[in-house]
Amino acid sequence: MSKYILGKKVGMTQVFDESGLLIPVTVLQAGPCTVVDVKTKEKDGYSALGIAYEDVKEKRLNKPLLGFYKKIGVSPKKYLREWRTENTEGYEIGKEIKCADMFQPGDKVDVTGTSKGKGYQGVIKRHGFSRGRESHGSKFHRAPGALSAHSDPGKVFKLRKLPGQMGNVQVTVKNLKVVKADNEHNILLVKGAVPGPKGGLLIIKETTKS
Amino acid sequence: MDLIKLVEQDQIRTDLPQMDIGDFVKVYLTIKEGNRERIQVFDGTVIARKGQGLTETFKVRRMSYGVGVEKTFPINSPKISKIEVVRKGKVRRAKLYYLRDRVGKASKVAERMVYDTANVTTATETVEE
Repeated sequence: MSKYILGKKVGMTQVFDESGLLIPVTVLQAGPCTVVDVKTKEKDGYSALGIAYEDVKEKRLNKPLLGFYKKIGVSPKKYLREWRTENTEGYEIGKEIKCADMFQPGDKVDVTGTSKGKGYQGVIKRHGFSRGRESHGSKFHRAPGALSAHSDPGKVFKLRKLPGQMGNVQVTVKNLKVVKADNEHNILLVKGAVPGPKGGLLIIKETTKS
Repeated sequence: MDLIKLVEQDQIRTDLPQMDIGDFVKVYLTIKEGNRERIQVFDGTVIARKGQGLTETFKVRRMSYGVGVEKTFPINSPKISKIEVVRKGKVRRAKLYYLRDRVGKASKVAERMVYDTANVTTATETVEE
């Protein structure tokens, strides 16, 4: 059975493991999430769960969304995501999902988030190109260099690495180890870094690498 | 509610003595060799403290067979079984990196006499290198 929860990045620190080694961890505020929709094969053509996270003031939502939460009797939430899962048994609308019920220390997870936006960047920062020298008559500083060969092929191939928007895209970090899961404060500790700024929304799933 | 502090607070050690920059300390380190555990002592002058919370570290410098050796310890590490403050140092810096360029008597930190606290042993000599 797959595992899924929504959360937010709090920040990074280090903790000692049982053998006394200092390991780097990211603190996540994971859950509690609420099931707001149960989709089944018969009714919807596929099976999934609607998951909502983090209470929000009523005035922050538009009327259609507010009406949706009123109808199912769940307090208004900020984030709404769909969890595609075959096994929807045991879940009904209004059921709360907590992080320690989903994950135990030692589990491996994939964490998906939106990376920090870096704006429009050149090829050195964006693709790790090497730069030209600054002086001694050099006119080649941070430019990308040649884009292609001559009249054969007579074009620039697709996917050429060039300057452009860097960051602010969806990034998934796979196979992170869960160090601690705490229901009381809804804390999840994973070893290593996760994408995005502090406070950024994260989707934490059971890993696809196993 | 600071969640990072909350995560760190269980592992922060409060049993260690007050230790300042310039103090001559003995660090008792638990070392595991297979199934056997033994204690290794590293003594020297505390030349820096860095970081905060659980990740705070301190740096100890000593001369070993004429060669300067520095070791950095996480201050909250469970591997540290004991820290003993042997002498208090009289210093006016938070980082004593200038000791690296000194040799002989100049590389010693003068002792700060403590009269009001009983737990610090007062020695008459200055701190050895």
